[in-house]
Amino acid sequence: MTELDEAVAVPPERMFVATDFERWKTIKERICHAVLMCTALACVLPVVAILGYLLIKGWPVLSSEFLLTNPRNNLTEGGIWAPLIGTFFLVLASLLIAAPIGVLAGVYLNEYAGDNWVTRIINLGVVNLAGVPSIVHALFGVGAFVLFAHLGRSLLAASCTVAVMTLPVIITSTREALAAVPVSFREACWNMGATRWQTIRTIVLPNSIAGILTGVILQVARAAGETAPILFTGAVLFVPIADQGWESFVPYGPHDRFMALSYHLFTLSTQIRGVRDELLYGTAVVLIGMVLAVNSLSILLRVYLRSRKRW
Amino acid sequence: MDVQIHISGLNVSYGDKPALRDVSLDIPRNTIFGVIGPANSGKTTLLKCMNRTIDFISSARVTGEVAVDGQNVYRMRNVYQLRRRIGMVFPLPVGLPLSVYDNVAYAPRRAGIHDRHELDELVEKCLRQAVLWDEVKDRLRTLGTRLSGGQQQRLTLARALSHRPEILCLDEFSIAIDPVTTMKIEDVLLELKQSMTIVLVTNLVQQAHRLADSTAFFNDSRLVECGPTQKLFTRPDNPLTLKYVTGVFG
Repeated sequence: MTELDEAVAVPPERMFVATDFERWKTIKERICHAVLMCTALACVLPVVAILGYLLIKGWPVLSSEFLLTNPRNNLTEGGIWAPLIGTFFLVLASLLIAAPIGVLAGVYLNEYAGDNWVTRIINLGVVNLAGVPSIVHALFGVGAFVLFAHLGRSLLAASCTVAVMTLPVIITSTREALAAVPVSFREACWNMGATRWQTIRTIVLPNSIAGILTGVILQVARAAGETAPILFTGAVLFVPIADQGWESFVPYGPHDRFMALSYHLFTLSTQIRGVRDELLYGTAVVLIGMVLAVNSLSILLRVYLRSRKRW
Repeated sequence: MDVQIHISGLNVSYGDKPALRDVSLDIPRNTIFGVIGPANSGKTTLLKCMNRTIDFISSARVTGEVAVDGQNVYRMRNVYQLRRRIGMVFPLPVGLPLSVYDNVAYAPRRAGIHDRHELDELVEKCLRQAVLWDEVKDRLRTLGTRLSGGQQQRLTLARALSHRPEILCLDEFSIAIDPVTTMKIEDVLLELKQSMTIVLVTNLVQQAHRLADSTAFFNDSRLVECGPTQKLFTRPDNPLTLKYVTGVFG
C-alpha cells in the first residue's frame, strides 16, 4: 500500500455513510430542482389564468349562433361570423403566398447556396426582416401593396403584408428542418451520382416535410392574431355581408375590404361604446381558441414526426 | 500497362492546410490498388478527387490532373455520369432512411431503371456481393438505418455496386465489420477484380498485403512510394515505407 492509498482508505463500515459534504450536495440538488420547476410552472400560469378568465367572462355568449351570425346594430349585438370568415381568408391567402416562397427559399439557402457574400446578405436580410415590428410591416404594406401595386385597401393587400411578415420565420424554420437531416445522407446520394435536386426530392424533403409543415402551421396562428399589419391595408370596422346562403361563406373578393377577428376585437374594445362585456370576452375566447387549436395541431404533427423518425 | 486512372501533379489544400502535395500515380485497369498510410495523410482526399465529391467542400482548392480512362475529370461536363462510374464506400456506415431494398435500388432508379424484375435481380446480386443477402433477405422492407453498424457498412458497399461501376473505391470498408465477414468480402473483391478496378484505402496494412496488386504509401500528404505490393512490403526504396509496413512507425 502506498502512502496515497492509506490516506484515502475508508474503513468498510464507513463506506456508505454520507459525509457532511455529500449531505450538503443533496440539499443543493433539491433546491435547484425546486427552483427550476417553479420557473417552469410560472410560464404556464399566465396561459391558464388568461384562458380561464376569458372563458368565465365570455361563457354566456359562447354558442354556435355566436359564431355563425353577423354583427348587428353597430356591432353591439349578434355574432362574429363576418370577422371569423375574414380571418380565415386572410390566413389562407397569406399562406398561399408565403409558404411556397418561404419553403423554396429555405431549400435554396440550406441546400444550394454556397458560403459567399450573396448568401450572407440574404441571411442578414432574413434575420432583419424577422425583427421588423409589425406596425412597420403595416406601413410597408400601405406603401408597397396598397399604393404602389394599386391593390387599394383590400384582402389581397392585407394578405401580402401578412405574408411578408411571416416569410422570414417560415424560411428559418424550413432551414432548421432541412439541417436536421444528416449531411451523410446527402453525401451517400451524391456518391451514387444523384444530383442535388434528386437528393432533395428523394431523401431530404421526405424526411423534413413534417418539420417544415410545423413551422408553416405555427405561422397560421401568428397571421390570425396580428392586428397591426391589416390595420391600414384592408381590415375595416364593418362590412355588411350576406347572412345566409353560399355568399355568406365567400363574402369577400380579393379586392374587397374585409373584417378580421383580431381587428374586430380591437374595435369592439376601443372604438365602440355600449358593447356588452360578454361579447368582448367571447370574441377573445374564439381568437385565442383558434390560435391554440392551430398550435396543438403543430404539436400533434411533431409527435407524429417523432414517432416515425427513421434514423 | 493499361492505365485506368492517371493522376499527375495533384495538389489539394483545405484553406491553407495542404492535404495532398504533388501526387502523381497510375492505377492499372482490373487490379486492386492498395493505399496505405497514417491518419491525415490524404488518402480520403485522393478518393474524393477521383469522383469529384471534393467539389462539395467549399474550402478545398484543387490543382493538377486526375484522368479516368484518359479524360480529365475536372473538364467533365457530366459529373454525375463520372460518379456513377465510380462506386464509393466511405468509412462511416450510412444507411439511407429508406428500406434495405430501396437503398440498393436508389441509384438504378435514378438512372431510369424501373422494371420490377430487373431491379429485384440487381438488388439481390449487389446484396450477395456485399455478403449481406443472407442476413436481410427476409426483411428487405425494414429501414436501412435500423441495421447494425456492420450491416449498414455492407449496405453501403451494396449501394456502391448497384450503379455497376467500373471503378470501386473502398475507404476503410472493414472498419465496422467482423473478421469472418471481412474475409468473405475480400474473396468477393478478388472476384470483382475481373470486371472492375478497385482502389482499396486501408489502415490494415496486412489487408493491403493480402489483396493489392500494387500499393501506394502516403505520409504527411505526400506520396512516399508506389509499386508492386510484394516489392513495397519486402524491399521498399524508402526506409520510411519499410518502417510503416513492418509496424515500427505509425
